[in-house]
Amino acid sequence: MPGADKETDLSERIESFLSELKRCGSGAGSLRGSAETARETTALLRRITAQARWGNAGELMEIIRKEGRRMTAAQPSETTVGNMIRRVLKIIREEYARSRGSSEETDQQESLHKLLTSGGSSEDNFRQHFTHLKANVIEAINELLTELEGTTDNISMQALEHIHSNEVIMTIGRSRTVEAFLKDAARKRKFHVIVAECAPFCQGHEMATSLCKEDIETTVIPDAAIFAVMSRVNKVIIGTQTVLANGGLRAVNGTHTLALAAKHHSTPLIVCAPMFKLSPQVPDTPYNHTKLKSVDTILYIHILSKVNAHCPVFDYVPPELITLFISNIGGNAPSYIYRLMSELYHPEDHEL
Amino acid sequence: MADSDGRQVDGVNHATGKIYRLKLFFNNEGKELTKEEKQRLRKEKKQHKKNKKDDKGPPEKEKEKEKASVPAPSKPATQSPAHKAAPAPVHASESAAAAEKPAKSKAELRAERRARQDSERTSKHGKKEGGQQSASSKPKATPNELQPVVKRLPEHVQVDDPAALKKLAKKLERQQVRQIHSHVPLRSDYGYKVSLFSHLHQYSRKSPPTLQISIPATVIHPSIVRLGLQYSQGIIAGSNARSVALLHTFKQVIQDYSTPPNEELSRDLVNKLSPYISFLSQCRPLSASMGNAIKYIKKEISNIPSQCKEEEAKGKLQACIDSYINEKIILASEAISKYAIEKISDGDVILVYGCSSLVNHILCKAFEKQRKFRVIVVDSRPRLEGREALRRLVKKGIRCTYVLISALSYILPEVSKVFLGAHALLANGYVMSRVGTSQIALVAKAYNVPVLVCCETYKFCERVQTDSFVSNELDDPDDLIVTRNGKSHLENWQTVKSLGLLNLVYDVTPPDFVDLVITDLGMIPCTSVPVVLRVKNVDQ
Repeated sequence: MPGADKETDLSERIESFLSELKRCGSGAGSLRGSAETARETTALLRRITAQARWGNAGELMEIIRKEGRRMTAAQPSETTVGNMIRRVLKIIREEYARSRGSSEETDQQESLHKLLTSGGSSEDNFRQHFTHLKANVIEAINELLTELEGTTDNISMQALEHIHSNEVIMTIGRSRTVEAFLKDAARKRKFHVIVAECAPFCQGHEMATSLCKEDIETTVIPDAAIFAVMSRVNKVIIGTQTVLANGGLRAVNGTHTLALAAKHHSTPLIVCAPMFKLSPQVPDTPYNHTKLKSVDTILYIHILSKVNAHCPVFDYVPPELITLFISNIGGNAPSYIYRLMSELYHPEDHEL
Repeated sequence: MADSDGRQVDGVNHATGKIYRLKLFFNNEGKELTKEEKQRLRKEKKQHKKNKKDDKGPPEKEKEKEKASVPAPSKPATQSPAHKAAPAPVHASESAAAAEKPAKSKAELRAERRARQDSERTSKHGKKEGGQQSASSKPKATPNELQPVVKRLPEHVQVDDPAALKKLAKKLERQQVRQIHSHVPLRSDYGYKVSLFSHLHQYSRKSPPTLQISIPATVIHPSIVRLGLQYSQGIIAGSNARSVALLHTFKQVIQDYSTPPNEELSRDLVNKLSPYISFLSQCRPLSASMGNAIKYIKKEISNIPSQCKEEEAKGKLQACIDSYINEKIILASEAISKYAIEKISDGDVILVYGCSSLVNHILCKAFEKQRKFRVIVVDSRPRLEGREALRRLVKKGIRCTYVLISALSYILPEVSKVFLGAHALLANGYVMSRVGTSQIALVAKAYNVPVLVCCETYKFCERVQTDSFVSNELDDPDDLIVTRNGKSHLENWQTVKSLGLLNLVYDVTPPDFVDLVITDLGMIPCTSVPVVLRVKNVDQ
C-alpha cells in the first residue's frame, strides 16, 4: 500500500535523523553546524507534513509535537531542533488562522483586555479541515527553508558596518557565522584577529587557519592569556550555540570569562547569531551550563581514579555583558530579544 | 701580584682594549681607607666604567686620558712607593684617600669630567638610553639619599631596536676574561613574532643555547652551562626552584674559584659572575627573584674585606648563600604557611592555579593540621603545570578536582577561597604571575570569592608595570600545537604568512582584584608593597 510505504519510509527517516542527532552529540559523528541541523530538521518536518496522515491542523500539530519531543530528547543541547519545531508549529497556526479567514494573528498576544473580553481564543482547537492547508503549510515551510539558507549571508553583509580598519578583534573557538562575518569584512578592510583556542578541543586552531586563508592577520592565544591581551582589543565578536529568552547566551566554555574581561576593559561584545538559534529557554533549566564531555580529553594520567574532573562544554553569559546581537534581521540590543521571540514562537509552544 | 698591604694597580690591557679599574691605595699616614670611602670609590669607578662602556666616542678619550696619566701600565705593585707619586693627577683625584689633595679640587675635577661626559654623550647619541643614563648617572653619586629607581631599559626588552641588539652582541663578545677563545653566544629568535611583542625575545626549545659554545667552555663554568640548559628546556621551572638552583650553582662556582694573581677576590669574582649571568639570561630571561638573589650575592662578595684569606672568604660566601636560602625561602614559607592556615577553615573549597610551590606547601601543612577542605586545581594549556600540583596534593591525600581554565565560570560558584602564587610583586601593587592568574582573579571578583596571593618578600621588586605587554616572556610558540585524532591544524604555522602563535608566560593582575597578600612579614594589602621595599632597603 503506497500509504504504508510512505509511512514506513517516513518513520525510517525520522529514526535515522534521531540516531544522527544522538551520535553527533557524543562527538563520534561529524560535527555539524547548527545551520545544517536546522535545515535538516525543517526538511524533515516538511516531509512529515507531506507524508503523514492527518486530517486537520490539530492532528498535524500533535504529530509534530510528538516527533519533536523525541528529537529534543535525543540531543537536548542541540536547541535548534526544538526551535525549528516551534517555528513550524507557529506556521501551522498562522496558516490555519488565515484559512479560517480571520486575521487572528494578533489575537495570540495576551493582553489583559483580550483576556477579559474574549476568553474564547482557546476554543479554537484547530479541528476544522481545510483542503489547502497542507499546500499552504508546505509552501510556508519552503519559505522558512529559504530564509535559513540565507542567514549567514545576511549576517555577513552587515560586517562592514561594524569593523573599521586596523582594528584588533578577538574571538573564541570556532563559529562559522563569525568566520563568514570576518571574511566578508576582510575583503574591504584590513584588521587583526586574535583567536582564543578554547581548550580542550582547540577549535580555535581551525578557525585561525581558515581565517589565514583569506590573508587575515591572525594570532592564536591560549585561553589563559585572554585577560592579558584584552587591553589591546577593540572588539570582541563571538558566535554562540543558543540565545536564551532573557537575552543571555549559552556559548562554548570560556565565553563567560571572555565576556567578563571585555566588560572590565569596556570593550564591546558583539554576538553574531542567526534567528534560528533563539530559544525560549531560560537560564534556570537543566542543561543550563553543562553538557559534560568525558574527562579523558583533559586528563590522561592514572590518578584519574582518585580525582574528580570536570569538562563542561557550555557557559552561560548573562545579558548584561553583551552589547549587541547581530542576526539575519539586523542588529538588536539584548533587551529586545524577548520581543523577537514573541514574534517567532507562540507562547503555548514554549513547552513542547 | 698583590703585595702585603694590598696595594695594587691595574692597567690598560692594550690587547683587548678593556680598561681595568684603576685603584690606588694611598697609605700616606699609615691610615687605611675607611670601608665607606672604599665603597664609594668603588661605586664611582663602576659608574665611570659603565659610562665609558656604553659610549663609543668617549671611551677613546678616556683611554687616552688614562694612558697619558699612567705612564707605567700593567706593572705589579712592587713599585708602589713610586706609584704613590704617580703623575696621575686625574686618577689621584679619584681615590678618596688623597689626603694631600684638598677635597674641593677632587669634587671639582669629578664634576668637570662628568659634565664633559654628559655633553659628549648627548651630542653623540640621540638615543633614548642617553636620557636615561644621564638621569641615572648623576643620582648614583649620592648614595645616602633616596635611591631613585630610574633604571636603564633591560636588554631583553629591546629586541626591536637593532642598534641595541648589536650592542648586546658586542657586550657578550667582550665578556671574556683574558686569553679567551669562546664567548657567550647570542641566541637567535625563532619564528614569527606577534607585532605587539616584537620587542621581546622568542626562542625555540629545539635550539638550545649551548649549540654555539665550544668545548671546553673556558668562559662559562660547566655547572652554569648545565643550569642554563635546564632553564631553557623547562626542566627547572617555578620561581623558587630557579632561584634555589641558581644559588646552589653559585656555591659550586665559588667553590671552584681561585683568585688569580694580582686580583682581589671581591672584585674579580663579581667580574667572573657577569658572563655567567649573561649566559643564563640568554637561556631564559631572569626572574625577579633571581635578580634579587644575584644582587644580594654581588653585594656580599663586594663586602668581603680585602685582607680575608681566600678559603675563609669562600666559606663565608657559601654560608651567606645558605643563610639566604634558609631565611628567605624556607623559613619564609613556614611563616607564610602559619599565617595562611589561619585563613583556611573547615569545609572550605579552595581553588588553586597551576603549580606554585608555596601554595602547595601551605595546603599540605593545613592538611597535616587536620583542616577539612577540598581543593580545585585549575590548569591551562600549554604548560599544564596543574597536573604536577594535582599529583603532589593527591599524594598527600587531599581531595582534589581538576578543571581547565575555560571551565572557571562553571566551577567558581562552589569555591570559597582562591589561593594564588606569585612570580613577583611590583612596586605599584600589581602581581606578576603565571599567565591566567589575572583571569582567575577577575572571575573570582565577579563571583565575590576572596583572592589571596602568597608571596615571599624576596620576590618584591622595584619595577612598575601596568600591562602584560611591555615586560614579559615569550615561550616557544610550537607548544601551542596540539595533535588530536592524528590531525594538527597548526602544524605548518610557519609557512602560513599571516598566522602567529602567542605563548605568553606571565601576566599582571591589578591590585583591585586581590584581597590580601600573605608574606613572611605578615598579611598586607597589595598596595603596601612599596612600604615593604622601603623597609628592606633601609635594613640593608
